[in-house]
Amino acid sequence: MVVGLTHYLVVAAILFTLGVAGIILNRKNIIIILMSVELILLSVNINLVAFSASLGDLTGQVFALFILTVAAAEAAIGLAILVTYFRNRGTIAVEDINSLKG
Amino acid sequence: MSFSTALAHHFLPETILVLGVLALILIGAWRGTRAYGLVNELAAGLIGLAILALFFGQTSQASLFEGAFVDDAFARFMKVLTLIGSLVTILMSRDYLQRARLGNFEFPALVLLSTIGMLLLVSADNLIALYLGLELMSLALYVAAAFDRDDARASEAGLKYFVLGALSSGMLLYGASLLYGFAGTISFDGVAKSITGAPPLGVIFGLVFVLAGLAFKMSAAPFHMWTPDVYEGAPTPVTAFFASAPKMAAVAITARIVVTAFPGIVAQWQQIVIFIAVASMLLGAFAAIGQTNIKRLMAYSSIGHMGFALVGLAAGNEAGVRGVAIYLAIYLVMTLGAFAAILQMRVEGRPVEKIADLSGLSRNNGTAAFFLAMLMFSLAGVPPLAGFFAKYYVFLAAVDAGLYALAILGVLASAISAFYYLRVVKVIYFDDPAPAFDHSPLSLRAVLAASTLFLLGFWLYPAPVVEAATAAAKSLF
Repeated sequence: MVVGLTHYLVVAAILFTLGVAGIILNRKNIIIILMSVELILLSVNINLVAFSASLGDLTGQVFALFILTVAAAEAAIGLAILVTYFRNRGTIAVEDINSLKG
Repeated sequence: MSFSTALAHHFLPETILVLGVLALILIGAWRGTRAYGLVNELAAGLIGLAILALFFGQTSQASLFEGAFVDDAFARFMKVLTLIGSLVTILMSRDYLQRARLGNFEFPALVLLSTIGMLLLVSADNLIALYLGLELMSLALYVAAAFDRDDARASEAGLKYFVLGALSSGMLLYGASLLYGFAGTISFDGVAKSITGAPPLGVIFGLVFVLAGLAFKMSAAPFHMWTPDVYEGAPTPVTAFFASAPKMAAVAITARIVVTAFPGIVAQWQQIVIFIAVASMLLGAFAAIGQTNIKRLMAYSSIGHMGFALVGLAAGNEAGVRGVAIYLAIYLVMTLGAFAAILQMRVEGRPVEKIADLSGLSRNNGTAAFFLAMLMFSLAGVPPLAGFFAKYYVFLAAVDAGLYALAILGVLASAISAFYYLRVVKVIYFDDPAPAFDHSPLSLRAVLAASTLFLLGFWLYPAPVVEAATAAAKSLF
């Protein structure tokens, strides 16, 4: 079997769906949400690199490198906010994030 | 065009802000906790310089940095709006932050960094530039939302904004990757050229994901769920910032991408924009009715206003984009004025934010009561205030484009939302007085007075705004 563009796209689509589902369905822990966000970004990178190879165009790989860099910054900021939240509330369970509503 | 010419001529505001913010961070690190006042004033000065650079700078259209960015009249118009939003936020924030013991130099630095992201976003001309501008804007905003780090509500607001913002960036990126793959290019023009005849399914999917990601950033329904919580939890100056500058940038890039990258599939994106507009208008109208917190009320109000602005975009022509530009300009003034009033709500040194706290304001402070009432009338769209003309231009464009049902729904939503704006006016004028507010600083009173006078006097001399918006819309097509 030849592994073609479609296979890569299907893998990326599955990973993307898993990531979104992880954010929406997860009721336990915010760290899992951060992992799901990374999963989404990595699925995008698979897409971009697969397209880049199939089009014979380097732009997609450059884009993927930018995403990797920004994802690192994003994870750092997310963890920093998480730490301040934990210091104030003493929990990082998703179901406890409910002091603001209406 | 060489790199340095591009920087000096077409990218002057960004250059000023980037170099300036680096210097400000150094000053802040050098002087430590005493740096706030100085850094705040310098930041306001830098933004003022950037606005001057836009007013007296280039008037030509140019593609910059290998087509990554574009400098045109539309970008300049939206950049001026964004910068005004940031400038007024910085001026209004000082008193509140110092009283809340949040007077740290990081705040003006974050506002500046986020503003740079917005400027890049507004003039982005390919998908990488779009993504980088959006992330620079959002990453600074996540931190700003959680700026009051000892307050549980602020850090919860920051956390919610971060999680949903990261999800929306992910969706936008997934859409961008599909667009790249199926169009074979990342430049907006290239995407437009690649779509001939029936578009491939991948492009449609990409369009939907990109629009969903952008709708998150401008807090349009059905991607609005973070807005009320973040508005309520974040410190009030940060809320004022969220309600003003980032919305200008998000709507501007939405207009630019649908108009320049998808002119061949207007029918497809029109459906999406119409759906988002109707959902936002109705949600803004109905969900705000039961609110008792004025910041939450403003959150639903801003969702509704984004819906009205998108009505113009749904028309999909030059008149529609002109309507969007005028709407954003007037919305910016209204929202900054409203937050200047909310920041004045302070009893015995403590900020209050219930609508009931405004009771009988007319007897305690007649001038502020009058200004706030005029702002509410303008938000509701009562003629001859500016808010009416904002709605007039977008609905006119929708009717001219044959979108009668959309225009009728918009007028109905506007009538329903008038209820809660007028309820605030009723509370101010007819309820028994609550404890009087403290004497407020000059900056807040000045912003409130200036914005109300703009709204009151707009019908006398609308030409400068309308002409600039017309030129902006023309440059996009």
